[in-house]
Amino acid sequence: MRLQFVLTEVLQGLRRNLTMVVSVVLVTFVSLTFVGSAALLQTQVDKLKGDWYDLVEVSVFLCPEGSTAPTCAAGEATQEQMDALREVIDTELGDVVAQVYVETKADAFEAFSERYPDGYQGTQLTEDDMQASFRLKLVDPEQYEVVADVLTGREGVEVVEDQRAIFQPLFLALNRASLLAAGLAGVMLLAAVLLITTTIRLSAMSRRRETGIMRLVGASNLFVQLPFLLEGAIAAVLGALLAAGGLWLGVKYFITDWLQESVNWVAYVTVGDVLRVAPLLIGIAVGLAVVSSVVTLNRYTRV
Amino acid sequence: MIRFENVSKVYARGARPALDDVTVDVARGEFVFLVGASGSGKSTFLRLVLREERPTAGRVYVAGRDLSTISSWKVPSLRRSIGVVFQDFRLLPNKTVYENVAFALQVIGRPRHTIKTTVPEVLEMVGLDGKEKRRPHELSGGEQQRVAIARAFVNRPQILLADEPTGNLDPTTSLGIMRLLDRINRTGTTVVMATHDDEIVNEMRKRVVELSTGVVVRDEAIGAYGERESILPQIGSTPVLDAPGRNQPQIRVSPEPADIEAERAAEAAAARAAEAVPHPASSQDPAYDVVQQVLAEHGRTRAGREG
Repeated sequence: MRLQFVLTEVLQGLRRNLTMVVSVVLVTFVSLTFVGSAALLQTQVDKLKGDWYDLVEVSVFLCPEGSTAPTCAAGEATQEQMDALREVIDTELGDVVAQVYVETKADAFEAFSERYPDGYQGTQLTEDDMQASFRLKLVDPEQYEVVADVLTGREGVEVVEDQRAIFQPLFLALNRASLLAAGLAGVMLLAAVLLITTTIRLSAMSRRRETGIMRLVGASNLFVQLPFLLEGAIAAVLGALLAAGGLWLGVKYFITDWLQESVNWVAYVTVGDVLRVAPLLIGIAVGLAVVSSVVTLNRYTRV
Repeated sequence: MIRFENVSKVYARGARPALDDVTVDVARGEFVFLVGASGSGKSTFLRLVLREERPTAGRVYVAGRDLSTISSWKVPSLRRSIGVVFQDFRLLPNKTVYENVAFALQVIGRPRHTIKTTVPEVLEMVGLDGKEKRRPHELSGGEQQRVAIARAFVNRPQILLADEPTGNLDPTTSLGIMRLLDRINRTGTTVVMATHDDEIVNEMRKRVVELSTGVVVRDEAIGAYGERESILPQIGSTPVLDAPGRNQPQIRVSPEPADIEAERAAEAAAARAAEAVPHPASSQDPAYDVVQQVLAEHGRTRAGREG
């Protein structure tokens, strides 16, 4: 009985304020699409990191002959220096480094010849032009800084290089894009809150007669406010569902069906990720509606 | 039933108090007229009873509750024991007569079957049997006020507050409304009515509490409206303010046939109810017959004068 009555009231309210309700739906739709995009971009970044960081390693290049680096003043790295470094890696960096692979000048030349059988840009190089290095596989690729701190400046080390640096520009772009999306989402969410507040206020004003009578005959606060609360929540959730649907379509047709087909060596966000983001969007929508309702209603329909 | 103990109400700091040290006790089942000029504090009195306002000083007791200490979530339950009628009816224009009355029960969560039985009962009582499907704009003023009374009474409140219920009605229609309120009072409901209608007050012979600038200046068990000039000193006897339209050229002076018809139906319903009860209050109470006689007499003279 109560429930049916409340639902009838809600439907009536939605119908009466149709234009405002539509605008609330659209604004929440757009704002939550931005929120969802930001979340998906972050997911994408995480996926790429997970995929690619497994492949990358830290290279500790040892001093070649004739290097100008101050640590290489003594000339080419000696076996002693190499042993000392090995010692340091095993003891000080034991927790960080998962695997150590020593690439000698011969190994380096082999790899080079394989890659450039005809010489590099027309110059035939010899084994002596190569540089020996330690290749370190880290337990957690994010811990590069620790390794760099420990090894940089040691005798015999020319430079410590993180292969992740290659990906940095891409991740930076993706992170900035998701920041941008989050920023826009913030502005849109603010607009959504203001719009929901206004809508509820209008709705409450247009039904002042009803709420006045409700209060007089002793309807409880919750009963008076519930229809308005539900109106805001329904509109916001509709917006969230639209946003989730839009993201789903976008991921399905743009990424899974098109990008995946053409550039298939990258792990992309999937429709499953959208489904994981959807509850978050709906949660935000309900939160928005409830917060703005409570703020408005306490001012306009208090018993 | 309603007790005011040294109640003062000041709306704005430094302003003249709307009520100033008012002490009034209304017993269960009483019928009390609240008279006084505009701004004398009648409406504030009613608002305090409803706890739409809180007193600045003093205590208000309604139906055994101390309103100064009642918590806000108990206010709805207080209001369920009070019915309110206004001068402007306050019906919902997009709902039918039946829906308007049922609304009062729906919003306090009464079960559907209760609503289905109580609403027709109360509509029959106010004489609107058969007009359930009409909308307020299809009804005369008197009929609309009957709907409002039905809505106020449908939950069988212990107290009925009426704020100038006859202010928008012509004299004969007002009389019908007064008879209805009288019948409701006879069911044991305490009625407090704020009014400017001196004729009604004079003829009903009920308790009269007169307020003037927030102070109780008169409290008589069987009172009259009093001197118009003393109650409304600045304006004297102005028909426009006291009773809109009286003594003025008016399009509709005589009551609508529908109002008379509604009153007849309500009387018939009351008579039927009286037959059904072995010891009806009306025939046992000699005062009732006197009132009825006076009212009937008044109806004739008024109709003669204004018709």
